[in-house]
Order: sequence, then C-alpha cells, then structure tokens
Amino acid sequence: MGTGYCWRCGGSDPESLFCKYCNSLQAPITDYYNFFGLPKKLTIDLDDLQRRFYNLSRSLHPDHYTRATPQERQYSLEATSILNDGYRILRDPVQRAEYILKEAGFDIGEQRSKDVPPELLEEVFELNMQLDELRSGDEDARRPLEESRERFTGLQQDVDRQLVGLFLAYDSARSPEAAHKALADIRAVLNRRRYIRNLLREVDKELTARPV
Amino acid sequence: MGTFQIDFSAAQKKRIVGIDLGTTNSLVAFMDLTGPTVIPGADGSNLVPSVVSYQPGGSFVVGNPAQRLLIDQPDRTVYSVKRLMGRGIEDVGEELRLFPFHIASGSEQVLKLQLGDRTFTPPEISAQVLRTLKAQAEAFLNEEVPQAVITVPAYFNDGQRQATKDAGRIAGLEVLRLVNEPTAASLAYGLDKRNEGVVAVYDLGGGTFDISILRLHEGIFEVLATNGDTHLGGDDIDHRLLAIALEDIASEWKEDLSHNGEAVQTLRRAVIEAKHRLSTLPQTTIDFDYRGRRYRRELTRDRFENLIKDIVDRTIGPCRQAMHDAGLHADQIDEVVLVGGSTRIPLVRQAVRNLFKAEPHSELNPDEVVALGAAVQAGILAGDVQDKLLLDVTPLSLGIETMGGVVSKLIHRNSTIPASATEVFTTSVDGQRNVLIHVLQGERELVKDNRSLARFDLKDIDPLPAGMPRIEVRFLIDANGILSVTARDQRMGKEQTIEVKPSYGLTDEQVEAMIEESFEKAEEDIAARQVREARVEADTILRALEKAKANDAWLDLTDDERMRIDAACNELLTVYHGDDHHLIRAKIEQLDHAGRKLAELMMNTAVKSALKGTKI
Repeated sequence: MGTGYCWRCGGSDPESLFCKYCNSLQAPITDYYNFFGLPKKLTIDLDDLQRRFYNLSRSLHPDHYTRATPQERQYSLEATSILNDGYRILRDPVQRAEYILKEAGFDIGEQRSKDVPPELLEEVFELNMQLDELRSGDEDARRPLEESRERFTGLQQDVDRQLVGLFLAYDSARSPEAAHKALADIRAVLNRRRYIRNLLREVDKELTARPV
Repeated sequence: MGTFQIDFSAAQKKRIVGIDLGTTNSLVAFMDLTGPTVIPGADGSNLVPSVVSYQPGGSFVVGNPAQRLLIDQPDRTVYSVKRLMGRGIEDVGEELRLFPFHIASGSEQVLKLQLGDRTFTPPEISAQVLRTLKAQAEAFLNEEVPQAVITVPAYFNDGQRQATKDAGRIAGLEVLRLVNEPTAASLAYGLDKRNEGVVAVYDLGGGTFDISILRLHEGIFEVLATNGDTHLGGDDIDHRLLAIALEDIASEWKEDLSHNGEAVQTLRRAVIEAKHRLSTLPQTTIDFDYRGRRYRRELTRDRFENLIKDIVDRTIGPCRQAMHDAGLHADQIDEVVLVGGSTRIPLVRQAVRNLFKAEPHSELNPDEVVALGAAVQAGILAGDVQDKLLLDVTPLSLGIETMGGVVSKLIHRNSTIPASATEVFTTSVDGQRNVLIHVLQGERELVKDNRSLARFDLKDIDPLPAGMPRIEVRFLIDANGILSVTARDQRMGKEQTIEVKPSYGLTDEQVEAMIEESFEKAEEDIAARQVREARVEADTILRALEKAKANDAWLDLTDDERMRIDAACNELLTVYHGDDHHLIRAKIEQLDHAGRKLAELMMNTAVKSALKGTKI
C-alpha cells in the first residue's frame, strides 16, 4: 500500500496486502521479501517458502476474483504476477543472491563474467586448447577434454558450497560493512560460477556434437 | 464423488460452462450437484464434430449433420479448423498438403478460407461450433449461458490463444478464462484419484500434442513444465493412411482420385474407421466404395504400427524436454494420464509406458475429460468450487528483438502465470519521438527462428537528446497466457501511449465487425424462424377455412359476415409472403375473429349430429 490508506474504505493500514478494516485487496507491495513476509536473509527454508507461495496463491489468484470489482481484479493480477516472479527468484539461490546484490547497488551485468577469473587462468587456457583440437577433428583431444570437464564440474560444486558459507556470513553480519563485504565476496563467486557454467556448456556442446 | 466444497449461497449468478473446442470433436459441460457433467445435444450425443458447412442462403450446418456434407459438398465444408487458428499463410503450407481447403485470395494479411461463395477466417468458423455448443447448453439448462471457459492446447502461442478468444466473442460468449487442456484434464482426474503427487498428462488429440507435468498438493494443481507440438495429432495418422490408399487405388484403378473432393472425403472416412477398429482388432479391412467401384485392402495392426511409428515417436522429444525442465526423472512421476482420442492406439500406450515406466490411466473417457475439467474450472471461477486452484505456466519464452537480430529473453518458458517483466527503453537519436519494440515467442537465439507476436510502437515521446528518455515498459502475461503491454514515462510519471500491431490475427475492429455480423445473422435467423412459424399457423387457419366453406354452416351466415371473412382471408394472403411475422400474426388474429361465428355454428351442428348419431 504505497499511500498508507485503503483505496476503498480510506482506513489507514500501511504495508499490508489486505486492508484490515474492509479486507479488500490493496495495491501490491513490490519487494519480494516483504511480499512473502520473510526477513531479508540469503538462507531460505524452501519448504516454508513453498507453503507461503501456495497460501498466497490461494488468496490472491485472479481465478478467485472473477466477480470482484475491476480495481480488485487489477490488483489481483499484479499481485499474483509479483508473487510468481518473486517465488521464481527467491527459490533459486543464485537469483536470490543477485536480487539482494541489485538492491544493495551492486552491478551484476553479464559482461563481468566474460573476464577469466585470474585463479583459473591456467586451467581455462588448457581447456580452450583441448576444445580447439577437438573442433579441428583431433579425436585424441576427447579424453583429456572429458577429464577437464570433470575437473570443472568439481570446481562448480566447490563454488556452490562456498556460496552456502557466504550466505551465512551475510545473514549473520553485525555491521553494514560486514554485510557489504559479504556481498562483494558473493558477487565475485557468482561471476566465477557463471564463467564455469558457460565454459561447461561450450564443452558439452562440442562433446555431444560429435558422438563417438 | 465427495471431494468438493461447493458453495450454494450465491444465488442469481450467470451460468459459466466449460467448453472443449477440439480439433476433431467439441463438447460443452457444466458443474452440477454431483460434479462436472457433459451436456448432450438434441440428438443425444455428447460429441459435436468440429465440422462446419456454409449453406447457400447464409446459414451454417455444424456437427454431425455436417459430416455428411463433407462428402457431398466438400467445397463448402471444413474440418479441423483448429489447425489454422492464429496462423498466417506462410505457416499453413504444411497443413495444406494434408487438407483440401481452399485458401481465399487476400489471405496475406489474415488467413481466409473459401466456403462456397464466401470467405471466412478460422475464428469465424470456430465461432460457429461455439454457437452450436452455446445453444446446446442453453437448451439443456433452460437458461442463458453468456460466459464460458474454453480450453486450448498448452503449447498454443499468443496468436493462437487470441484467435480462440476472438472466436468466443464472435459467438456471443464472454470467455472468462482459457485453460490449458492437460491442466483441465488433471483437474477432472484430480477429483477422485490422487490428491498429492506428481502427474504427467500426455494429451494426443486430432491436431495437437501436449505433455504437461504437474504437482498436486492440497488442492493446488501446479504445472511444473509443459511442452508439445501444435501440429501433431490423429490427423497426421489419417493422412498417412489416406496417402497410401490413394496411391494404391491409383495403381489399381489407373486413376488419380486425389483431386476429387467427394472421393477423398469418402476414402478418408473409410481409413479413419479402419484405424479405430485396429485399436481393438489385430487386423481389419479398408473398405471404400465409390461410384460403383470397390477398393478393399487388408491392414494388420503390425503394418499399421510400422506406418505410423515415426509420427508417434515425435511425441518423445517433447516429453523428455518437459521432464528435464521440471527437473524430474521418470521414476519421480507418480501417475501418467492419457487424454485425447489418439491415445486409444495401442502403439501410443506402449510408447507412454516405455517413456514413463508406468501404467497410464485412462479410466475417464479420453474424449470427455478435458471438457469435464473445463467445467470444474468454470466452477472455480464462479466461486462454487473453493478448494482447488490451477497454477499454470506459459509454454514459450517471451523476448524482444535487440541489435543484430538477436532475441533477448524477458520471461522464460514454464514461468508460472500471471508473470511479468519490466524493461527500460530509451532513444538512440536526438529528438526521437517513437520507439518500436518487436516482441517474439520461442526458444531460439535469432529473431528469424522465433515466432513474431506483435510490434509495440511507443509514441509521442518527449523530444530529448538521445539516451535521455526513460520509458519503463511492463510485459504482462495474464492467466490466459496472453500478453499485454503497458508503458510509463519514468521521468514524467505518466502513462505512455502504445500502438499494438499484432503479427497474426485480427484487430479489435475486425473482431467487432464480425461480432456485429454474427448477431445480425443470429437475429436474422430468429426472425426467419418466426416468419416460418407464423406462416405455418396461417396455413392451418386457411386450410380450416377452406373446409369450413364446404360446410352447411357457411350458408347460415349473413352476407355481411361472409364478406368480412373473405376480406380478412385476403388480407392474410397479402402479408403471407412478407417478412413481418408480427403482421402475419395480426392478420391471423383478425381472420380468427371474423370466423368465430362460423366456428360456433359448425360446432353446434357437429354436436347436434353427434347427439343424433349422424356424421357431417
């Protein structure tokens, strides 16, 4: 409720989906965490999130507003689309992190993941060589490439484990500086993760393009 | 059947029905006390074949009576029009190979079919089927039915959905919701079967294939992923057999019948019946009689299966993709449900068994289950069913054209709907007043490989240096799976004007015109019927008068009375061939009144004779 007042009865009830006086649906809150009634933490209980999603769907979905006023039908449509968008983003750890990063002012463009993370420079170089060899028809490069692929898949799993730890660091940060530092670390790790994922996609494309 | 919570407290509500507008057959159903029920036609059958014939004089014949006309009048009768909905002329090349339809000239803008001496767009033809279903429901329920839920294939794109809504409007129905067919089917199954778990719905109909994977939980039917092929179905199987039979006949009779409409439709019927028989018999005969000549060909189920294996195999890829998108393996799927007439084919059932490693369900009639589900959804919208909710998804990714002919995805496929995405646009040239946005649907990288949905023209932008304007555009896919776009000038905080140019389909003006014409036709039909009925009554009274003049009682009238009867009779005859049924009835009244004395006299004579025991 942007204005803090109910559009229908005029009652003052800031920050709620339904007016506590006349129970009519209000203009939806657009912040996903507020919408779900969750604290702004990176660690989320997925079962709890799903339960909230189902309950909110039941009370907001346009199917239940067919006979309501046009204003409520409009709010229902908007609220449900926020609900669905929010659920999609909050239930995926990476999108969840990107959401918080964006809110905190971090830039998370795709462009950043085009740069090779420095600690991976050597492995990436080797992998690219193997890719080129396979592309030019050298089947001997296949085994080494598959092994590199295994290594990178392992790295990807390491990254995901790292994220869990960093999420906890953010959630338990005692000061804005600590929180900001945690977010900066998370952004670096996300870049690495995206880079590795793109690389693996390239490799898989090559490996399946020429089935043995 | 006790799994509903039905609310009867709201009285005086308009009835909402559920309609399955199928490629081959259509049905209408409603929710009554015991649950969803299909509404039969006057002839007692639940299915209305989606066949439409345009008669000289302007009326339409729809359904079972039109099946015969497909053979007798193939140049004014169409079937499977659903395969043409929301499509442009360049899409239907493949369909034309299979169908004998005549594409009318001027179809570059909007596809039109030639029926007799008139042309019609696919929505106008589908509207005739919907009108028949609406009338069927109104006759059965004895009340007006102005609103409906109509089902569509889950894999239908925006243009195809819009065309379906247009058809509803032209038929005089307010389409409250478009529901995806597999989701509707799961609603019908969810009633007395499993209430928790993961369900796969495999829907192979006459013209379209859908696979949807849903999670059922406490009355919520959540679609996890959907996939399919909007031109794959029983029709393809029929055409495979038809083509082979025509070739066979050509070599036997030394005659190519493929351009003979009547022969092709008769042979098609024969081939379809053989196909049906092969679902329960290991072999059958294709039996074709034409103008005194006979063609008979034995067909075993084995050979049939070999002939259609590649068609059935085309359903496997989408199933695998849907499972992948849902993040599930076959063993994580609890139930598999079969929908659509083509799932009666044993080869199809075998393919489903192999894919999902489970015995598929088909307890509910695969022809009716979608309509039943649509009726349940109608119940949900009406507020009568309160413990269930459908959460569906958009089947195709939505994106916009960016530099270099590349598509930038805004809303990904299998996103729960309603769903939205917001992008901010600006200008690239100083003083630029317009920004054109090209919206597409599909999964490919390049514009040319995706489906153009519409172009949105942001107009009257304040003239500013390039890069200064900030136009926030919101793309919203509603619960029907249809896109709407709104825009706001962020700096000024005002609503931005947008002009929509759909890539396929009809503009609002065109639909309005068709609705008006449809109502005029409806009124004409009603008026025509009333005139016919009035004339029938006039005939009755005129015949009675003829007989009366031969009666002795006629001579007992005064000259004056006889003159008045003759005058009234002449006045009735004068208006008889006119179009004004009110006038005809008025003259009937008048003649009736003038002849009252005569009638009384005849009555008295009759009574007297009866008492005397003599005949008149």
